[in-house]
Amino acid sequence: MKIAGLSWPVVRALLVSQHANMVQYRAEIALWALSGVLPFIMLSLWSQSDAGASFGFKGVGLARYYLSAFMVRQFSVVWVVFAFEEDALLGRLSPFLLQPLHPLWRYVAAHVAERVTRFPFSVGIAAIFFLLYPTSFWLPSLGQFLLAFLAILLAFSINFLLQSLIAALCFWSEKASALERLLLIPYLYCSGWLVPLAAFPDAARTASFWTPFPYLIDFPARVLAGLPVDLVAGFAAQLFWLTLLLPLVLMAWRAGVRRYTAMGA
Amino acid sequence: MIEVEQLSKTYQVADKTPGFVGTFNHFFRRKTRDVQAVRDVSFTIERGEMVGFLGANGAGKTTTLKMLCGLIHPSAGKVHVAGYLPQRRQAAFLKQITLVMGQKQQLIWDLPPLDSLSVNAAVYGIGEKEARYRINELAEMLEIGEELTRPVRKLSLGQRMKAELLAALLHRPSVLFLDEPTLGLDVNAQARVRSFLADYNRRTGATVLLTSHYMADITALCSRVLLIHQGELIHDGALDALAASLSPFRQVRLELNSSASPEDFVGYGELEALDDRAVRLLVSRSELTVVVARLLANFDVLDLEVNDPPIDELIGSLFRKGRVV
Repeated sequence: MKIAGLSWPVVRALLVSQHANMVQYRAEIALWALSGVLPFIMLSLWSQSDAGASFGFKGVGLARYYLSAFMVRQFSVVWVVFAFEEDALLGRLSPFLLQPLHPLWRYVAAHVAERVTRFPFSVGIAAIFFLLYPTSFWLPSLGQFLLAFLAILLAFSINFLLQSLIAALCFWSEKASALERLLLIPYLYCSGWLVPLAAFPDAARTASFWTPFPYLIDFPARVLAGLPVDLVAGFAAQLFWLTLLLPLVLMAWRAGVRRYTAMGA
Repeated sequence: MIEVEQLSKTYQVADKTPGFVGTFNHFFRRKTRDVQAVRDVSFTIERGEMVGFLGANGAGKTTTLKMLCGLIHPSAGKVHVAGYLPQRRQAAFLKQITLVMGQKQQLIWDLPPLDSLSVNAAVYGIGEKEARYRINELAEMLEIGEELTRPVRKLSLGQRMKAELLAALLHRPSVLFLDEPTLGLDVNAQARVRSFLADYNRRTGATVLLTSHYMADITALCSRVLLIHQGELIHDGALDALAASLSPFRQVRLELNSSASPEDFVGYGELEALDDRAVRLLVSRSELTVVVARLLANFDVLDLEVNDPPIDELIGSLFRKGRVV
């Protein structure tokens, strides 16, 4: 069976080649992993006060939340808009469009391969975190781990579709990545990466839950950390955003390809 | 195999005057104009033909190729390639065609070509054993071997082009669109790519549409040429006929037994060059036999040769003068 040109041999070939490619960039990927330590900086700021308790976290809950937020971000970060924009401008998109495989699959494979390459670096940073905060050490149960894995996978998929939607704007505007930067501010504040959503005033928190951002970090991080969370509502919201974004991306892509001028190619 | 009827492509481009005022106006009142890159182009190409596509920079060659392979949508007109509408880019159509653009690459830069080839094999549904057989076959034709296991970034331009060709032909396409496949290559590498393309066409019966700035590519591979000028097709026919239509003259070279002066050749045509006993004349095609007979009768001729003027010089002069046939 094939989905937009994707079959098992294609999946295998794409992952093997993309992993080999990512290994070439291992030093850069290690630096990317290291650059995601913002949650630890936030933790060190909050830990000087009793903020954790006032946010509703008990004991080491806040530390576990921020470590989980770090790990979720490590495995759900997406850069497709930048890669796509460069490929479109330099004409590298053209050969992809002339093969019987939807070009977005190549970017999916690149992201998955990058996660595999990044994994040891992320785990290493987490180990250092536990050395610094030994009391916060925990290992999630198998069930907790599987649920968190699913939540992170869905968070990555939503993030990927959001960026793909913006990337499709490259067919209209040569600098669609500027729009992605516009999303950074609401992402930082509403996702729970900087501050747990529990710290928000009620109205702001309620408003955040109408956006996709809390389901990109806050929800999966709470699942991974074993903090109180409404699993059914969280997964339902993730599926809702996926269902909404997927047809939008496909429509934008189809309309965009009609406008494609193969500039630079 | 390729049917093109009144094909046109119009782009909308924004105009901006230089300086601060130009930038201000461009921001608030952007002016756009339509540029017709291709106008009412019609031709057909039969299965197995190798056709050269000539034209100056910006004449519309690449835009036409992009429409033929489905990369961009035509503004007007009809195109059928191998029985498909290219712009729909159906999988069955994409498996029958390939587009090779000189200096553009599909191979993954940091990995050996074999990695990219294994992805292509999977994408086109070619089994591992069959892919290995095809890679070996094409590698032999292209005279490329251990380069396939070296990272692409470490290959020379010529080696990279061969690897690109291998990647583009792995799925055995029946229609090849080649846009400047020898661009930037040295003379030896150009000759090898040309000989490979001729061999591929002979072995597989593939249809080839080739653009090149090097006339040697066209003269070596294509008996038929399409000439496009400012988006319009101005010649479709044999290469020899193009020479005849571009120039009403033939070139007569003489080697004389004794020295001659320019005055001796008044009334024999246009004297192009005279170097002691070597003479080059441009003679009207209609008067050629009469003039050659007179030259043989009136001069002590050691050797005589009649040629068409070099095609690249004729086309070059056509583009420089902006002349339309």
